[in-house]
Amino acid sequence: MKDVNLGNFSFTGIERGEISDLRTLDASDKHRILYAGVDLNACDGSAVFMHMDQSTVHCKSHDPGLELLDFNVAMKRYGDLPEYAWKLVDRDKDEFTRNVAENTHGGYFIRTRPGAKIEKPVQSCLFLKADGAGQNVHNIVVVEEGSELHIMTGCSTAHSATKAAHLGITEYYVKRGGKLTFTMVHNWGENATVRPRSVGVVEEGGVFQSNYVLLNPVGTLQMYPAIHLNGRGAVARFNSIIVTPEGSHVDSGNRVIMNAPDTRCEIISRTITTGGVNIARGHIAGHAVPCRGHLECKGLILGGGQMLAIPELDATVEGVDLSHEAAVGKIAQDEIEYLMARGMDEAEATSTIVRGFLNVDIMGLDGPLAQAIQEQVEQIDAGAM
Amino acid sequence: MLKIEDLHVSIGEREVLRGIDLHIKEGETFILFGPNGSGKTSLLMTLMGFSGYAVTSGRITFRGQDITRMPMFERARLGIGMSFQRPPTIHGLKTRHLVQMCARGRDIDPEALAAKVNFVDFLERDINAGFSGGEIKRSELLQLMAQKPGLVLFDEPESGVDLENMQLIGKVVRRLLDGEVEPLPGLSMKAQKGKVRTSGLIITHTGYILDYINADRGQVLYQGHLCCEARPRDILEHIRSYGYQECIKCLNEPSGLQPLEITRTAS
Repeated sequence: MKDVNLGNFSFTGIERGEISDLRTLDASDKHRILYAGVDLNACDGSAVFMHMDQSTVHCKSHDPGLELLDFNVAMKRYGDLPEYAWKLVDRDKDEFTRNVAENTHGGYFIRTRPGAKIEKPVQSCLFLKADGAGQNVHNIVVVEEGSELHIMTGCSTAHSATKAAHLGITEYYVKRGGKLTFTMVHNWGENATVRPRSVGVVEEGGVFQSNYVLLNPVGTLQMYPAIHLNGRGAVARFNSIIVTPEGSHVDSGNRVIMNAPDTRCEIISRTITTGGVNIARGHIAGHAVPCRGHLECKGLILGGGQMLAIPELDATVEGVDLSHEAAVGKIAQDEIEYLMARGMDEAEATSTIVRGFLNVDIMGLDGPLAQAIQEQVEQIDAGAM
Repeated sequence: MLKIEDLHVSIGEREVLRGIDLHIKEGETFILFGPNGSGKTSLLMTLMGFSGYAVTSGRITFRGQDITRMPMFERARLGIGMSFQRPPTIHGLKTRHLVQMCARGRDIDPEALAAKVNFVDFLERDINAGFSGGEIKRSELLQLMAQKPGLVLFDEPESGVDLENMQLIGKVVRRLLDGEVEPLPGLSMKAQKGKVRTSGLIITHTGYILDYINADRGQVLYQGHLCCEARPRDILEHIRSYGYQECIKCLNEPSGLQPLEITRTAS
C-alpha cells in the first residue's frame, strides 16, 4: 500500500453552503460528476444527496418510503444511532477511521420503511472541489425488512489534477428479506488519495449487490469492503471494473464472510492496467453449511504496469463449496483477427474486445451512466494503443 | 473478381503454397479439394490476410485491386468474407452486437437474419462461447449474411456438423451464393438473380456440401500445388474411388498440371 500522509491535507475550514438546486453547479463540475455516474441535470432520484468538500450541500428525499438525513443530523436526532454507527467498522481500525471518527464532516443516513420497494435509485454524490481538501464522511444505509433499494453513488474531484483526500466510512444493514443494490462509480484524479472503509451485514434472505466502476486515474486508492452473510439464505454479489492507467495505485478487493447456512456469494472483478499498479484482492470465507461462493478475478495488461491478483478462500467446516478463478493475460491475436476479418480496424477490434472483457453489461446500467462508461472505455483503449 | 497469380506462401521457414494460379469470376463458385495438410486452409488464410502467412512472391488481385499486402480489415471492407472453422470465443461480446458490427452501418434486422439460420436464441449469448460445431457454422453464416461480401471463403462448411444442421447450412450457403430470390411484382426472378453476383471459394474434404450448392468449377490442391481442374462432382467421384494417390502420380508426370481425364472413370 502506498504511504499516505494525512498532514498533507486540510481537514478543517473548507465548508460549503446549501445548494438547493444542483443544476446550478458549474458545467464542468456536472460533467465530472456525470462521469462518476450521476446526472445532476436530471436529478430524478427517489432521493438526492450531495456532499462537497466538508459539508453536506444537498439532502432531499422525494419518496415517502425513504428517509435521508445528513449523518450528523441523524446522529443528533437518533441519539448517536447506537444500533448502527461504528457497529461494523471499528473506529480504531486505522488512522483513516480515527480521522473520520474525530471529525465527521457529514455523509448520508439512508433508511427505508419496512416493505418499501423504492423504485428509483437514490442519487448520491461525494465531491472534492478545493485543492488540498481532506474529506471525512460517514454513511449508514439501513434497508428494513422486505424492502428494496438502489443507491447510485458517484465520487469525484473537480479536476483530474485536484489534490485531495477522501476518507469514507460506510455501514450497510440489510435486514430480513431486504435487497440493496449499491452502484459506485469513482472519477478521481492522479493526485487523489482515497480510503473507503465499508462493512455490511445481511440478514436472513437478504441480498446485497455491489457494482463498482473505476476507469480513470487515481493517485492511491485502497479499500476492501466486507459483507457478512449472517442469516440463512443471504446472498452477496460484487462486480467490479477497474482500470489503472500510469500513475494509478489501486489496492482493491471484496470480502464475503458466510456465517449462516444456505448462503451464497459471487465476487467478479475485471481489471485492466495500462501502466499503473493494480492489486486485486478477493476473500471468501465459509463458516456454515451449506454455503457456496465463487471468486473470479481476471486481469489484462495493456502496455505496461503491474497486476497482482490475490484470491483467498477460507473454509472452516466440512461441506463448504468455494472456488476461485484468477487469470492475467493479454488480448489474443486470434480474437483481434477474427474481428478484423469482419471489417473492423485494429483499434476498433481492440476496443470491442476490451469492452467485452470489462463486461459492463453485467451491471445492467442504462441511460447517461451507461453512455458515460462507454465513452470512458473508448478513451482507455485510445491511450493504450 | 479474384485473381491469384504464381502465389508462393510460407509459414515461418516452411513453404506451404508453391505457385498457385487461380481465377474466380464474378458469381462463380469454386470448390477446392485436397487432403489434410495440402495447403487449402493456408490459401484461405492468405487470401483473407492473416498474420503468419507470408507471401514470398506472386500477386492477389480482388475487384481489380492488388490486395497482396492489404490489411485484413480493408480486404473485408472491399468485400471478402470468411467463415471460420474454429473461431475464438470473445467473452462479453454478444452475438447480436457482432452481427450489427458486421453490417458496418448498413441497416439490418438481426432477428430476421438470425431466424434464417435458426439462431435467434443465441443473439444474446457471448459469441462462440460453448457453441457446438453446427452452432459455430450457423453463427458464421449469420455474420456473413450481415456482412454481405462479394466473395465468400468457406473452410469446410460440413466439418463437425450433424445431418440435420447440414441441410440447413447447405441451404443457407446456397442462398448466400445464389442470392435470395422470391417472386416479386415488377422484376422477374431471373432478372433478380442476375443482379446477385456473389462468388465463393469453398474448401471441402468430404464433398457433402456439393449436395446443396451449384459449384461451377473445382480443383485439387496437393502439396501446395493446384492440379486436376474438372467439374466438382467428377473430382469428388474420382477421389472417393481412388483417393488422392492419383495426384502424386499426376504431379510427377511432366504434364501433371494439366486437367486429368477423369470423366470416364466417373461414369
